[in-house]
Amino acid sequence: MRYETPTTTKEAATLLYKEKGQAHVLAGGTDLLVRLKMGTIEPDLVVDIKHIPAMQAISKSATGFKIGAAVCGAAIGEHAALKKAWPGVVEAANLIGSDQVQGRCTVVGNLCNGSPAADSVPAMIAAGAKAVVVGKDKRRTVAVEKIVTGPGKTSLAKGEVIEAITLPARPSNSGDAYLRFIPRTEMDIAVVSAGVNLTLQRGIVKSARVVLGAVAPTAVLVTNAAKAIIGTKLDEAALEKLAAACSAACNPIDDKRGTIEYRTKVAGVLAKRAAKIAYQRAGGTL
Amino acid sequence: MGHDTNYQDRDFKIVGTRVKRPDGIDKVTGRAKYGADTFAPGQLVAKVLRSPHAHALIKKIDISKAEKLPGVKAVITSADLPDLTGSNRSMTDILENCMARGRALYHGHAVAAVAAIDEQTAKQALKLIKVTYKQLPHVTDLDEAMLPGAPIIQDFVKQDGQPSNIAGISTFGHGDVDAGFAEADVIVEKSYKTEQTHQGYIEPHACLASVNPDGSGELWVTTQGHFSFRVVCSTLLGLDMAKLKVTASEIGGGFGGKTHVWTEPLALALSRKANRPVKLVMTRDEVFKASGPTSSTSMDIKIGAKKDGTITAATAVLRYQDGAFPGIWGMLGAMTAYACYDLKNVKTVGHDILVNRPKVAAYRAPSAPMAAFGVESTMDLVANEIGMSPLDFRIKNAAKEGTKASYGPVYGPIGIGPTLEAVKNHPHMRAKLKKNQGRGMACGFWFNFGGQTCVDLNVGPDGTVSLTIGTIDVGGSRASLSLIVAEELGIPYDQVRTNVGDTASLGHNDTTEGSRGTFSSGMAAIFAAREAIGVLRARAAKMWDIPVEDVVWANGTATAVGDKHSNLPPLSLKQIAAKAPSTGGPIAGHNEVVADNAGVSFASHICDVEVDPETGGTKILRYTVVQDAGKAIHPDYVEGQFQGGAAQGIGWALNEEYIYGADGCLQNTGFLDYRIPVCSDLPFIDTQILEIPNPNHPYGVRGVGETSIVPPLAAIGNAVSHAAGVRMTHIPMSAPRILKAIEEAKA
Amino acid sequence: MTGVLVSTTINGDPVQFACPTDEVLLDSLRNRVGLTGAKEGCGTGDCGSCSITLDGRLVCACLVLGVEANGREIGTVEGLVENGKLHPLQEKFIEHAALQCGICTPGFLVAAKALLTKNPNPSEEQIRYALAGNLCRCTGYDKIVRAVQAAAKEMRKK
Repeated sequence: MRYETPTTTKEAATLLYKEKGQAHVLAGGTDLLVRLKMGTIEPDLVVDIKHIPAMQAISKSATGFKIGAAVCGAAIGEHAALKKAWPGVVEAANLIGSDQVQGRCTVVGNLCNGSPAADSVPAMIAAGAKAVVVGKDKRRTVAVEKIVTGPGKTSLAKGEVIEAITLPARPSNSGDAYLRFIPRTEMDIAVVSAGVNLTLQRGIVKSARVVLGAVAPTAVLVTNAAKAIIGTKLDEAALEKLAAACSAACNPIDDKRGTIEYRTKVAGVLAKRAAKIAYQRAGGTL
Repeated sequence: MGHDTNYQDRDFKIVGTRVKRPDGIDKVTGRAKYGADTFAPGQLVAKVLRSPHAHALIKKIDISKAEKLPGVKAVITSADLPDLTGSNRSMTDILENCMARGRALYHGHAVAAVAAIDEQTAKQALKLIKVTYKQLPHVTDLDEAMLPGAPIIQDFVKQDGQPSNIAGISTFGHGDVDAGFAEADVIVEKSYKTEQTHQGYIEPHACLASVNPDGSGELWVTTQGHFSFRVVCSTLLGLDMAKLKVTASEIGGGFGGKTHVWTEPLALALSRKANRPVKLVMTRDEVFKASGPTSSTSMDIKIGAKKDGTITAATAVLRYQDGAFPGIWGMLGAMTAYACYDLKNVKTVGHDILVNRPKVAAYRAPSAPMAAFGVESTMDLVANEIGMSPLDFRIKNAAKEGTKASYGPVYGPIGIGPTLEAVKNHPHMRAKLKKNQGRGMACGFWFNFGGQTCVDLNVGPDGTVSLTIGTIDVGGSRASLSLIVAEELGIPYDQVRTNVGDTASLGHNDTTEGSRGTFSSGMAAIFAAREAIGVLRARAAKMWDIPVEDVVWANGTATAVGDKHSNLPPLSLKQIAAKAPSTGGPIAGHNEVVADNAGVSFASHICDVEVDPETGGTKILRYTVVQDAGKAIHPDYVEGQFQGGAAQGIGWALNEEYIYGADGCLQNTGFLDYRIPVCSDLPFIDTQILEIPNPNHPYGVRGVGETSIVPPLAAIGNAVSHAAGVRMTHIPMSAPRILKAIEEAKA
Repeated sequence: MTGVLVSTTINGDPVQFACPTDEVLLDSLRNRVGLTGAKEGCGTGDCGSCSITLDGRLVCACLVLGVEANGREIGTVEGLVENGKLHPLQEKFIEHAALQCGICTPGFLVAAKALLTKNPNPSEEQIRYALAGNLCRCTGYDKIVRAVQAAAKEMRKK
């Protein structure tokens, strides 16, 4: 297994493009090394992106935040300004695994691993996050919801690597939240999850994005759920419509973590609860 | 020399104090050596090839390519192990479980093993072994395995002359249950199910084996019983026992799962074939797939009682799966089910059933937790129907001294009544509960065992004392045994050091299981110390030139009694030890005993839970363990056993289960999806130690390690019934199951 | 074995070892450097018994490649003792009987030290969630949490 440590994004993309055998990106390694241990992958090449300066930092500008692909979850949780603007995105990122996992894992890795239950993904999609995708010759910006195409699959072409995630500028009176159901209090893969992002105007929901995780092959952006609460002050009837829309959008499976019945029901419950938290974070009173 | 095992009431000076354990510093610095922490020059690394199928004929194994891979030094299959067909069935079963012979009986069953110069090469070699399987129909559900037409697991198992998966049926009880039910005002009949769980020790099985061409060998291994391992391994490999030296490493958890061999005979066989040391460490998924989990069960419980709360009849029909080889797990369930109660009419029937799953091993109070779940849940239901508090209902029917136990013997003084009274008076019972919160309580029992034990006590030239024991220290027993020796000899605790000796150093010691470690080695240590005191008195007598009858031993000192000796100053142990070379040589005490009557241990637990009615998620708010320890030698370690057992029971009740697919393969082979409690799942666990002395131990010690895992399943089930208004009958009470029950109750 | 030479600092001392590129740091530490304090309980980052620090961050050594340690600073349980004296966490673990079999103890000590470095006065809940990545099967965590609380109190005095 060849191990490379490129120092620019272009170098990383070129290495991946040129590899004829099995090539993988190594960021935190908290998914990759598990698959290596279980023998489900036998890479010919591993490209370690942690030596690339363009991927190492969180930066803030007028257009929003940029989170480098090599930034670990713990560092995300330590960034006060990011946490203040996007508490939902940060809490979702910080729910990936234990403190030990947080010392290594990345949201880009979480995204590209392509698990339907990935914790950071519903919150990032709800936030309207975009991925900066770099190939050996060009770069493009893609909405995060367009990256994962199915369990374990992404829309990235050979030789493409994500350099960073961007979050848009934050209007005032905005709030986001992420909730998941797990059997224990920690250490579990989400059985079902919901990320909600709201902007209010005079206490009324002006815009909203509602995303569910672990209830379909990919995270689901539930436009009907957003419609149910836009123009409302999140009264009980609106919340019930939101929950119903979420349950209707579910297409889950029965597996060792949960049942179809359970995921469908609880998706609605969590979406309601997450909406309430986002609403209060946006300055609304319930 | 005969020793008196009867309890003698006394004021202890050191026993019962909270001293520091002797192995503590090694364990907090990373110095302590566990199974995988040792290395031998020239060692090979071993890997095991395991069946991907739940049930399959092994038509052919071609190891030729694997043997030729550079770096591979030995490859074995069952052809390299003795064919024990026709001999002792239990030995045959152990060996066939370690390595499949002709048929793979469960997903993960070992079919071949290799030893190579490094792990990479060993893994590569496994890929080169070609196994030709013919898949057979499989059955992993125990109730399905009992149906006619189910695939038969073992040809030698028959019921009424017909091939069957029912390996045993055991019946216990007394009286006339039909008459008893006829007398009852209230009868509750209910069925329950519990899924399979694993002991979940954090340290995987690991050993380092080295066998010489002359038939001698050494085995370093993480185990609960190195002497038992010596017996089994030497028998399976045809080695003389005295030639196989087994050294126990520190053990990283066992709970019954390290009382059996899994990979050790394979490591020894590989070492013998390669003539080099072989290190074999199981990976976590191998531990779940191919060591010894506990049974899954189904059961039918029926209890009848009069309006005044007297139980008139109680029955239990219990079905336990043993995995692919017969065991006694159903029998143990039938023995323990009603052990807490004084019943005129009781009948329990335990079935042992075979399925295509790993060979079941003991897990802390084996078989008791499941039966207790059914019985203790039903006790609450009966109490509710009568209109009596579940606590008072149990107090009314609790077993006491003189009760004929449902499994046969008559109880001496026991703790079930006292633990119930302690629960009644405990502040936990008065704490206020909020919405969606509920409280439950339940009782539990375990027999505890004695068994063969021997110890050596040696007084060093400087007067410090070495105690060599043969029982593995799983939870701090070295500290407790040092306390006992210090107490007997009358010297400070830090002048005594307890060590676990290897098999070459002592006679046979039975495994540390059945909560027998402190009980048995403690008893032997007391007698060894008393023997050493006899020697010390004789030496003092010699030094003084007086009759030994005039010498008494107290507080670590020999004193000459009688007016004519009043001029003789007392002699300390140190002084006597210093003169040992001229008074007769090294000073020692020794004891071999079959410790008996370990004293049954009862517990009552209280649990508060909160259930989220919209998700079925359950949170443990508060937990209290009240248990009878007989005599707590070291209270910290007794508390630790109470808390650890309770935590395992909580995990079992809420989240832990083996999940099999339709293909008969185990789906959750790691700690991600086999969910044991994490730190944030639990509150502080309160403990109350009761001491009702065991009349058959000089200090009154009872075994304590196991009982605490028995009540939690029902304590939580009863609590959930109050918090969410639903009666759960399927363990684990996972959120999807609870939410489904809540939804069905609403409809 | 086509190995790579790794130069690292472990508990303040310079250490070099060679390992294959697909070997995890846990195996390098245990099998090549001889530091067996970190344990393999699962190999997949679910149990925390291989907890170490990497450039000051708490990580699982089974989720780091040996080659990734090049140029980095590693902290293991063996480095807790300073100038021959036990760390307050080590002392309190013994005093409070916070270990039974002890296999999880090295991981807990490294994780607890990382917690108290970040947060010298954690609440019970914060302690429990910070240690959620460390599995213990023997103790039910009760005495472990009490030992951490006692050590934190002791360390705040200094």
